Amino acid sequence: MQRIIPMLLTSIVGVIAIASYFVPVAQPFQDRVEEWFLIVAAIAMVLGAASLLLHHLKAISNQEAGWGYSAVTVAALVITTTVGLLKLGAPPDLKHPELAWSGSYLAEGGGAWWIYTYVMSPIVATMFSLLAFYVASAAFRAFRARNFEAMLLLGTALIVLLGRTSDGTWLTSGVPADYPLATIPGLNVLIMSVFNTAGQRAIMIGIALGVAATSLRILLGLDRSYLGGD
Amino acid sequence: MSRESQIGVAIVLLLLSGLLLRAALADQPWGVVTVLPVENDPAEAVREVSPETPGVQVSVARTTGLWLAAFFTLACYSYLYKDNPAYKLTESIIVGVSAGYWLTASFWDVIVGKALARLMPEQMRAWALPNLDPADPDFLTLVPLTLGALLFARLIPGGAWLARWPLALIVGTTAGLKLVLYLDGDFVSQIRNTILPLVVFNDNAFDLDGSARNILLVTSVLCCLTYFYFSVEHRGAVGRVSRCGIWVLMITFGSSFAFTVMGRITLLTMRLEFLFRDWLGLLPPNVS
Repeated sequence: MQRIIPMLLTSIVGVIAIASYFVPVAQPFQDRVEEWFLIVAAIAMVLGAASLLLHHLKAISNQEAGWGYSAVTVAALVITTTVGLLKLGAPPDLKHPELAWSGSYLAEGGGAWWIYTYVMSPIVATMFSLLAFYVASAAFRAFRARNFEAMLLLGTALIVLLGRTSDGTWLTSGVPADYPLATIPGLNVLIMSVFNTAGQRAIMIGIALGVAATSLRILLGLDRSYLGGD
Repeated sequence: MSRESQIGVAIVLLLLSGLLLRAALADQPWGVVTVLPVENDPAEAVREVSPETPGVQVSVARTTGLWLAAFFTLACYSYLYKDNPAYKLTESIIVGVSAGYWLTASFWDVIVGKALARLMPEQMRAWALPNLDPADPDFLTLVPLTLGALLFARLIPGGAWLARWPLALIVGTTAGLKLVLYLDGDFVSQIRNTILPLVVFNDNAFDLDGSARNILLVTSVLCCLTYFYFSVEHRGAVGRVSRCGIWVLMITFGSSFAFTVMGRITLLTMRLEFLFRDWLGLLPPNVS
């Protein structure tokens, strides 16, 4: 029973989701199931935050190595959650100023807006921009043109990078207009419109087949790994 | 003091000297966010303006935020030298803030905005959702709320099996939706887009360029698909075709790599622009 009911539930909601594409009558069921999915996923976020809190509280309690950073994480989590849930500093809705809770939690001037604008957004953007340095160093190590395939990858990357800048146009500006494929921008267009499109298409077809096969295995009860052990 | 610590202290001193020099040479305010109270516009109480604008006020909250953002940006870049306490502090903060932010978003957008709005529409209208359309309570919403509550059974010893029910809903819905979406949006549409005329005519004239492109495109897709087909050993003719598929895939990965590099460098320039324009004021301001 502990495994059969979840398996049946999986199959039923999955079949409803599929049927709604083919049977218009089932569309409202799909809308409802999708909404249920969103609600359960939102509550799962609460569970995730609770798990994070418990993990770091345990690290602080046991005074594990680096427990001070765990304390910072807990403080950041508690402050952000408190500010966001209580809508601290967020102005009420313009049409309903009498309702203090009617404004958006992200309204400009509010606490959650401040945290998002001055803490979350800069850190996330900077962390992603750090990859610019690591991509460059990784490319230096990985792109030593040891074989034809590696040269192809490196050459394409260079052409596409140059083809998107004014330098690419300038480098081959002497080539007559009758030979667009002899210019870097022209080559860039050919790569993007033919080879890149073809490769992406094949990858997308492969992914779609993989997703379809995995979904079918789950809905037919052949893949039960999501149910866990015991 | 170890060599690493000496280098760390030297970097911090260099940064402080740079800031002091900037302060000494500045002919106008920098490192502050100035705002102007907006009258007759209920949509915004204040607006960020340049410091030269008459009647401006320094916003303490926004200025503090600007300096914090600058600190976090420099702390992240300090990792380029090596792992250090400033980077670890920033890392710990972003973990907590991200979890708190997504928890807040889930609560207000979904739990209140969808679940409670359906379950108790009148109460929600009177509390936080005044623009909600009047409706009768929908008690079926108790089902996902109960399933969601069952997720917490995972934390109770011996109750983990109860958490499988909401998981089943999530997995089943995802599997059902993705099955059709991927088959329709990717599989069928990509095949449909690949079925192209191999001989192209434009205004009753043979188009060599268009024909060559289409032939190259269709052949390349077939070569790549051959490479992905593992039920046949890649030898002989199949091996040669799949090798061409590898070449096409290498070109694809090369262009994807180039786009990734361009995206990251754009982000880097944006962060440098933030430091040099918004914080240090070394570039002309772009506020109205």
